[in-house]
Amino acid sequence: MAEAFESVYRVLGKDFSNAGRVSTSIKDTLKRLGVSPAVVRRVAIVSYEAEMNLVMYAIGGKMSLSVSRDAVTLNVDDGGPGIPDISLAMQEGYSTATAEMREMGFGAGMGLPNIKKNADEFNISSEVGRGTRLFIRVVQTQVS
Amino acid sequence: MKSITLAEVRDVLGAEVLNGDDLSIKATAVGSADLLSDVLATSKSGTLLLTGLVSMQVIRTAIVADLCGVVFVRGKKPGKEILSLARESKIPVLATPLKMFEASGRLYVAISEGP
Repeated sequence: MAEAFESVYRVLGKDFSNAGRVSTSIKDTLKRLGVSPAVVRRVAIVSYEAEMNLVMYAIGGKMSLSVSRDAVTLNVDDGGPGIPDISLAMQEGYSTATAEMREMGFGAGMGLPNIKKNADEFNISSEVGRGTRLFIRVVQTQVS
Repeated sequence: MKSITLAEVRDVLGAEVLNGDDLSIKATAVGSADLLSDVLATSKSGTLLLTGLVSMQVIRTAIVADLCGVVFVRGKKPGKEILSLARESKIPVLATPLKMFEASGRLYVAISEGP
C-alpha cells in the first residue's frame, strides 16, 4: 500500500530539452512510495503527455500530484490559450501542433486521447484566453 | 514469438552499444516508431524501441513507458546530453546503420524463427 503524498510541480513553456523531466520525477516518487508498477506506468504516461502539452501549447503550467491509499490524482492547470472545441481536441489525430513539435515525436493529436485512455476518471475544462484544466485519477487496485 | 536479448539485437543489427552494461536484458516485444505518442499509447513494459527520431524525449519516453532499450536506426547518433540522460536513467542505447525497415525485418525474423 502506497503512503500518502502531495506535491506541486511547475512546468516551463517552450523548454523542450527539459520537457518530460517532471514526469520522470513523478515516476520516481510513485515508485518510492510503493505504488504498483502498472499504476506507476499509467500515471507516468498521463503525466508525460500532459507535461508535453504544457510545454508545447500552454507556455507552462502547474501539475499537482496527490497520492492516497486508493488512488493517484493529477491536476494539471495552465494559463495558456485554451481549447475552443474540446470534443474536437479529444479526437485521435486532431492537432494544432507546429512542425517543431512534430519533429520531437509529439503533436500528432494523440495526447489527450492517450491521457483519457490511461485514466480511470478524466475531466477536462477549458476557456479560450484563460487556460485549460485537467483532472486525472488512476485507481490503485489491489491484485489478489 | 520468443524474446530476444540486447546482445542478440546488437549482433542481428550489427549495432554499436552506446549505453548499457547488461546486454542479457530480454526485450519482451519490439516496436518501431517515430511518433512518441504512439509508443506511449501502444507499447508494453519491456518493449525495445527502434526509432529514427533523436531527441531527449525518446529517452524520457523510454523511462516513462518502462522500455527495455532504444535502437537508433539509419546511423543516427545521439548527442552527449541524450546519452548522459540514458546513462543516468539506465536506459540501454544502441545505434545501427540499417534503415528502420530492414532493422525491423531482421529482428522480426530473429524473434519468429530463432532457436
